Amino acid sequence: MDDIFGIPAPLLFGQLLLGLINGAFYAMLSLGLAVIFGLLNIVNMAHGAQFMMGAFAAWMLLAWGGIGYWWALLLAPIIVGITGVILEKLFISRLYKLDHLYGLLLTFGLALIIEGVFRNEFGSSGLPYRIPPELSGAWDLGFMFMPVYRGWVVVAALILCLTTWLVIEKTRLGAYLRAATENAALVQAFGVNVPRMVTLTYGAGVALAAVGGVLAAPIYSVNPQMGSNLIIVVFAVVVIGGMGSILGSILTGFALGIVEGLTKVFWPEASATVIFVIMAIVLLARPAGLFGRA
Amino acid sequence: MADTTSITAGALPDAVQESSGAWGFSRAQLVALAILLVFLGVAPFVLYPVFLMKLYCFALFACAFNLLIGYVGLLSFGHAAYFGMGGYLAGYAAKAWGISPEISILIGGATAGLLGVVAGWIAIRRQGIYFAMITLALAQMVYFFCVQAPFTGGEDGIQAIPRGNLFGVVPLDRDMAMYWVVAAVFLAGFLLVHRIIHSPYGQVLKAIRENEPRATSLGYRTDDYKLLAFILSATLAGVAGATKSIVFGIATLTDVHWSMSGEVVLMTLVGGLGTVFGPVVGAAVIVTMQNYLAEMGAWVTVIQGVIFVTCVLAFRRGLIGELAALLKVKL
Repeated sequence: MDDIFGIPAPLLFGQLLLGLINGAFYAMLSLGLAVIFGLLNIVNMAHGAQFMMGAFAAWMLLAWGGIGYWWALLLAPIIVGITGVILEKLFISRLYKLDHLYGLLLTFGLALIIEGVFRNEFGSSGLPYRIPPELSGAWDLGFMFMPVYRGWVVVAALILCLTTWLVIEKTRLGAYLRAATENAALVQAFGVNVPRMVTLTYGAGVALAAVGGVLAAPIYSVNPQMGSNLIIVVFAVVVIGGMGSILGSILTGFALGIVEGLTKVFWPEASATVIFVIMAIVLLARPAGLFGRA
Repeated sequence: MADTTSITAGALPDAVQESSGAWGFSRAQLVALAILLVFLGVAPFVLYPVFLMKLYCFALFACAFNLLIGYVGLLSFGHAAYFGMGGYLAGYAAKAWGISPEISILIGGATAGLLGVVAGWIAIRRQGIYFAMITLALAQMVYFFCVQAPFTGGEDGIQAIPRGNLFGVVPLDRDMAMYWVVAAVFLAGFLLVHRIIHSPYGQVLKAIRENEPRATSLGYRTDDYKLLAFILSATLAGVAGATKSIVFGIATLTDVHWSMSGEVVLMTLVGGLGTVFGPVVGAAVIVTMQNYLAEMGAWVTVIQGVIFVTCVLAFRRGLIGELAALLKVKL
């Protein structure tokens, strides 16, 4: 009971849980990237910065407005989503006729601006964000102690991902979205306002990143760099999963988080690079990604 | 969206129209080259040589990067890996093994080239944005390797790298002696990139950039061409990084970090993607800016971001690209 493969059970399950939480963030962020890429054909390099903005929005709402976690969970994504809509209207919408690489360069520039401004304002050291009282404490599961908040993050991320998937696959709005991804001109000819849909899709993808940021705020310290390192791993996750499938990016995100957690137990030195190694192997075996279309 | 314009379209007229004067340089390019040579010769007597050496290292780095983005249309977002690894290996060779600087620089370049063989072999399986994401991820892997590997010195980096004696005889401790070596390395790299672009091989690269399926249908093994370009670019980036660590006596994690990859993209974009002299001018602009704004801290990042956004939205041809369009010549 105490040892599994010569590893103490609490350590193994503790890292599995950490892996699952990281996987939850990978899934949420790669989902947002996939939705944005599907319709806008740009890789949103600012996604990590917007994840960070979500965490800061929650912190500001609490520190400056006295607004707690639950309202922040609703308000922060809306605020960050609106900034996303403004960015799309002002800048990104000018690039749709150009090479996709320009979109990548533009959003990279936006990410630099956002991170720089936050670093000037708040410094590089992290700001604390308290776990809401309803979610503090831990459950005794018999084989390990499970902090309630961490369990909540996994459940919330799962609900969010599945809801997004349902909206895209099962609703009329999602059908429009999928149709516009295939052939935007034709959908527009049917009377759907495609430019507005594109703008709102970007806003929604950004809001998804911001929800991730709010969920992450009590776990990681809120700091301007929290998104940039995460997003590079998420790019690798996206390459592994392929951006073709929504469900695929959710599955890949969670699975890779767990793999990373397990690597931390069995070979700690490799845990930072394991996802990149998997990416290389997948590219050699299946260049389009596990769920991608060639 | 199949009818999107290529990222360097407009920066370059058709390959067919290229007039090949001496060494493949057009007349306008010969004038620009003359200006560059005069600058190399006069500048150290007017400006601070250490600053100039830094500039040349980054200019070579940008030229190496431009070989991929400008002439094959591949955006590598991980070139810091080759720049940084070149720097680490050259620094380690010069310090731990006491090898003379020119061999150390070659070792740095060769290491980066080997890394480029592996990374390129993996990355060229995908194009466009995927290529950018894959190179970024692979470079991040190299970064984590450098954080953990014992020979890099972790957070401290490799410090007090000796400049040594060129060919074992000429001491490089004086800045002016070092300057001529760096200027020679830069010029050799610059001319090599130009030579590659104007060789028959370079013409095939441009054909791949313009229309890869067509190049394939004409019987070219495009993957081989792209891989070789990637290796050449990585090697030159490694030489640039190696030279930089010999000049400054230090190799650190900064040079392998993803922000360095972003910086070289910015330099090339500011100067003009797919122009011969653009990367040099772009590197000069960005290095000068960083020098003057160094005390402004994180605002430098903001300014770089603003330049990125401005260039992409309003200024896609870059400084040299715009100048060339204005003068109706090719630079």
